[in-house]
Amino acid sequence: MSAAADKWFWPQAALVALFFCAPAFGLGPYWLEVLNQIGLYALLALSLNIILGHAGMFHMGHAAFFAVGAYTTGILYTSYGWPILCTLPLAGLAAGIFALLVAAPIIHLRGDYLLVVTIGIVEIVRIALVNNIFGLTGGANGLVGIARPVIFGFKLTRPWHFFYLIWGFTAVSLLLFHWLENSRFGRALNYIREDPVAAEGIGVNTTRYKLMAFVIGAVWAGFAGTFYASQMRTISPGSFNFWESVVLFTIVILGGSGNQKGVLLGAFLVVGLPELFRSLQSSRLLFFGAALVLMMIFRPQGLLPPKGRAYRLPPEVAR
Amino acid sequence: MEFFIQQLINGLAVGGIYALIALGYTMVYGVLKLINFAHGELFTLGAYLGFTLLVSWGLAGTVGVGPAILICMGLVMLLSALAGHVLERAAYRPLRKSGRLSAVVSALGASIFLQNAIMLIWGAKGLAYPADLLPRVMISIAGQPVPLIRVVVFVSSLLVMLGLYFLINRTRIGMAIRASAIDQGAAKLMGIDVRQVIAIVFMIGPALGGLAGVMFGICYGQITFTMGQIYGLKAFTAAIIGGIGNIPGAMLGGILLGVIEALGAAYISMSWKDAITFFALILILVIRPTGILPERVAEKL
Repeated sequence: MSAAADKWFWPQAALVALFFCAPAFGLGPYWLEVLNQIGLYALLALSLNIILGHAGMFHMGHAAFFAVGAYTTGILYTSYGWPILCTLPLAGLAAGIFALLVAAPIIHLRGDYLLVVTIGIVEIVRIALVNNIFGLTGGANGLVGIARPVIFGFKLTRPWHFFYLIWGFTAVSLLLFHWLENSRFGRALNYIREDPVAAEGIGVNTTRYKLMAFVIGAVWAGFAGTFYASQMRTISPGSFNFWESVVLFTIVILGGSGNQKGVLLGAFLVVGLPELFRSLQSSRLLFFGAALVLMMIFRPQGLLPPKGRAYRLPPEVAR
Repeated sequence: MEFFIQQLINGLAVGGIYALIALGYTMVYGVLKLINFAHGELFTLGAYLGFTLLVSWGLAGTVGVGPAILICMGLVMLLSALAGHVLERAAYRPLRKSGRLSAVVSALGASIFLQNAIMLIWGAKGLAYPADLLPRVMISIAGQPVPLIRVVVFVSSLLVMLGLYFLINRTRIGMAIRASAIDQGAAKLMGIDVRQVIAIVFMIGPALGGLAGVMFGICYGQITFTMGQIYGLKAFTAAIIGGIGNIPGAMLGGILLGVIEALGAAYISMSWKDAITFFALILILVIRPTGILPERVAEKL
């Protein structure tokens, strides 16, 4: 941690504390719902950031893993009556296993080939859900009547309950991902992103690390699926289409791929801003599209690109 | 057997349209290494412009159907080329020096913009080309009746591709395009104006996409402002299957994809049609990671 980071530590901590008081400021349920949605997208984008931002794999199919998580929760509840929060680990596990299975044969594909295959996976998953695969997914209507989560006998029903659930989980994830980024694993991923051949040459098992990045990202997307299912109470295949993946991809690149703060900012902008401009109605997306182009022209590296890794020299060398 | 032939013709007609769109993707990719996500919207734009010219302005009524369609196709190609040029100037040229991912996001932004612009201009409800625009003629192939229009669509897409093939392989500008695709730096040193080549590619591709839009409208009738999304995705898949950056590959990939899709829908499952397409994509890429006819790209060490 450098001196500049130290200087900004307390203002940032204050900002986070202030943010977590948001429900107390009399924000109406509508804006809390918006914040919850931003939180979910932030969680998903942070998990995508591992794959796209750190490992540099062009992955535009994150909605598929999100869907697997959400449907795992939905099916376990509606068919087997599991309590919602007990399905959380299983939703992550299911998404992770699914990612391992689908990614293993395609992990070696070069950039754009991987991109189109991952889009293909999202579409296959969506069509499989519409066609009521295994007779469990409820077809095009999806699953309805998923229960609210219960923590120690307390049932989460109101938007501000979910605010703390989602943002609490996002905060924990931020911390975990921060450690991951600064671990041997995170450095290996960055190495692969910068130069896969050199990484392989120095002894990094690129295939294995790429697969692990995929699986970790997918597990978190699965967790997000559980929260989504229990918050919405209804899930249907339409919510997990190609455009959801595009939105997540956009959040990561726009915010600054490889930088958690950038990704958070991206989630606020991409999900939050269109809400502010509801009055524009049908031309809202027109402006959104134009804004994306403009932002990329003026900040091609994203709003908050990651700073390079900095290490403090040991004191005896620094002198 | 008769069912098979009918499905095959259906597949070939759709495949011809996919191939025309795929050419736009692959040519841009060849020169810029950029996926032009807005290309599907240019296809939609072509279909809507064609509708306005043919139906709203009553071109078909004033000069007769045959000439009207030809004039319309020509005009739409011209306008689409113009749109492609503007798109390149506005959304891609400023990003030439930045990373590839930012160009992808810019392309996605342009795609959202165009899709919504089309919706605001022509309305969110779909439009339909009149069913009696062309007389419904059936011809017989191997003893089976098939709609003439499907055959015409397939044959005319083949003719256009032939023309493009000639343009790329036999003319000076084609040589410049090929040279820029292989090595931009070396092409510049040889005195090729790469910027101009890029501008030209961004006119030929959209012109073909717009043409595909008109052909789609005439052949299938119903057009919606979102159709560019799925057709763009399919055509892009076709370009990848063929080996992106490779022009014959895009033609082959498009036709192959159309046939796979039609036969898959007929013999396996209609409701899994789109999934079959993507399964085919994954299968082909697992066996040949850079498509059927890959561009030879040397791995940089």
